[in-house]
Amino acid sequence: MKKIVLMGNPNVGKSVVFSRLTGTRVITSNYPGTTVDFSQGTSCLHKDRVYIIDAPGTYSLTPSNIAEEVALRVVKEADLIINVVDATNLERNLLLTLELLSLNKPLVVALNLWDEAHHTGVEIDVTRLEEHLGVPVIPTVAVTGEGIAHLAEYCSKPLSQPTPLFLTEDEKWKKIGHITQEVQQITHRHHSIRDIISDATIKPLTGIPIAVLIILSALWAVITIGETCITSITDPLFECYLPFITSLSDYIGPGFLQQVLIGELIDGQVDLEQSMGILTTGLYVPFGIVLPYVIAFYLIAAVLEDSGYLPRLATLTDTFFHKVGMHGYGIVPVFLGLGCNVPGILATRVLESRKQRFIAATLIAISVPCMAKTAMIFGILGQYGTLYILIVLIILALVYVVTGSVLSRILKGDCPEIFLEIPPYRRPRLDLVLKKTWMRLVAFIAEAVPYLFLGVLLINILYATGFLAWLGTVLSPLIVGWLGLPQEASAALLTGFLRKDLAIGMLLPLQMTPGQLVVAVTTLTMYFPCVGAFAVLYKELGLIDLGKAVCVMVCTAFLVGGLVRFICIGI
Amino acid sequence: MNAFITELEKGVSGKIIGLQGGCGFVNQLRSMGIREGKIISIVTIHPFRGPVVVRLDGKLITLGRGFANRIIVEL
Ligand SMILES: Nc1nc2c(ncn2[C@@H]2O[C@H](COP(=O)(O)OP(=O)(O)OP(=O)(O)O)[C@@H](O)[C@H]2O)c(=O)[nH]1
Ligand SMILES: [Mg+2]
Repeated sequence: MKKIVLMGNPNVGKSVVFSRLTGTRVITSNYPGTTVDFSQGTSCLHKDRVYIIDAPGTYSLTPSNIAEEVALRVVKEADLIINVVDATNLERNLLLTLELLSLNKPLVVALNLWDEAHHTGVEIDVTRLEEHLGVPVIPTVAVTGEGIAHLAEYCSKPLSQPTPLFLTEDEKWKKIGHITQEVQQITHRHHSIRDIISDATIKPLTGIPIAVLIILSALWAVITIGETCITSITDPLFECYLPFITSLSDYIGPGFLQQVLIGELIDGQVDLEQSMGILTTGLYVPFGIVLPYVIAFYLIAAVLEDSGYLPRLATLTDTFFHKVGMHGYGIVPVFLGLGCNVPGILATRVLESRKQRFIAATLIAISVPCMAKTAMIFGILGQYGTLYILIVLIILALVYVVTGSVLSRILKGDCPEIFLEIPPYRRPRLDLVLKKTWMRLVAFIAEAVPYLFLGVLLINILYATGFLAWLGTVLSPLIVGWLGLPQEASAALLTGFLRKDLAIGMLLPLQMTPGQLVVAVTTLTMYFPCVGAFAVLYKELGLIDLGKAVCVMVCTAFLVGGLVRFICIGI
Repeated sequence: MNAFITELEKGVSGKIIGLQGGCGFVNQLRSMGIREGKIISIVTIHPFRGPVVVRLDGKLITLGRGFANRIIVEL
């Protein structure tokens, strides 16, 4: 099958073009470095099926980070290259175009963001550009689909190879200068309101208060939307479900099956939160407690991502991130990690050095709570008030800063500085925001449900075979002696490998004091990421660094757990 | 008069006349549009040796202080 690769600078709309051409959904956002791995899709063009590959963005064919290396690897296999070019930034984009022309492969240029070029007063003479480059140039507006059909036509046509260009650096720039002068006309425009907002949000004096305001409003919005979802949708649904499950429980009668499906009866009643059966806790925790907040979080996250605010936040936080061995772009993995650690860890690929990636990935796994961890923190401590939740969050933040600065001092390697293009603010499009939220929800459910079921099943089997009691005794010095928790808490530590949110059902019945719960929750959050995140850590870091990262996690978790114990519980 | 861009007053623009550093670094700057002959201006310089935000062709770019200190402009 013919292989078509989408190449272009970061944030020019390659992924939107890809979705349009293949119908495959991929994440698109308004910041450079959204795509860090390639995605494949197929498309049927004039009865021929073709492979289409969406590559990470790159400024040139000399890679400066892992994501760009991926792009380079992918383009080597292409039979046809679609070079997506930002029409508002023609001059800079042409460097990659010239480099791609030297690869000696058929090439089509998609002149994307054509609408924005129009609005900002950039006029490009397409025919002249085609003449200069010797390849077809098609203006497109990926978000509305304009020009995409035209682009697709070229994908199935047999295209002649352009005459290869071999130019030195200086010759390339000369040629680019010449082309832009010939084909582009810029009508000068005054500072628009967008520019004023853009500047205000990136300058420290105005930017920092605005950042605080934006973060607080985002938090408020997530909590409000989540709570509304629970009180008006999921709670009523589960209320209807409870009588059904109670009669099922009576019908099955006591025995192993009841234990697995329904779980323990609390005061003779089925308790959706604490019973620990597949049909009770296994369903209620992911759908009744976590999902509403996941929806809320991803909605707000999508709006922030698509607006173009994140690169500004990266600039404002750059000085802080230098203290922990990274640079401002480290905020993007943290932000994504708050939803799910897996994409967060993947996003560390845009950091340039190995040291930065190691620190970023390890810190995410230790102290950036994903939605499941956050649900655990809120689910367990919520009933005792905001104070305890705040304590845990502050501890996590402190751990991030302290572990980060220690690691950045003791690890060898360099920490390159930030070099980040700031995209223009764009109004988030409702269809794209909803699509993105939906994709992430599906991914969340697909990941959560099997692990939760597996976790509940495993716990029941281990409990029945007496393994849990044995584990409790073995770990007793650590759990009881050092952390000051009841022996049974070790079971929660075990399920934490699979799903953190399961711990809600396991810790609540143990009748612990709020202080003990704080210790349990902080240790559980930090000691190990879930299996999914662990697998990605392995993929990104390799075996040796993974070993180091696990050491850091376990040591930090139990050290901090012990410290918190002495502060919150006493000796 | 020649100066480093970090010495530019906010809002004043200058023409880039030189980039200091190794070949790889200079090419990286150029591939992002920062190259000789372009008009560049400072939007803001963050305190505590923080990053510098420049405007070039109407677009913003954030640069670490060390990077910015290698761009020489003519006023
Ligand atoms: N107005 C307008 N916005 C667009 C157009 N194409 C893409 N966008 C927006 O530009 C942003 C970037 O799009 P992506 O598809 O994520 O860009 P990308 O090239 O895949 O970026 P990386 O994966 O980071 O390299 C998104 O917010 C899109 O909604 C367009 O033609 N017009
Ligand atoms: Mg992309």
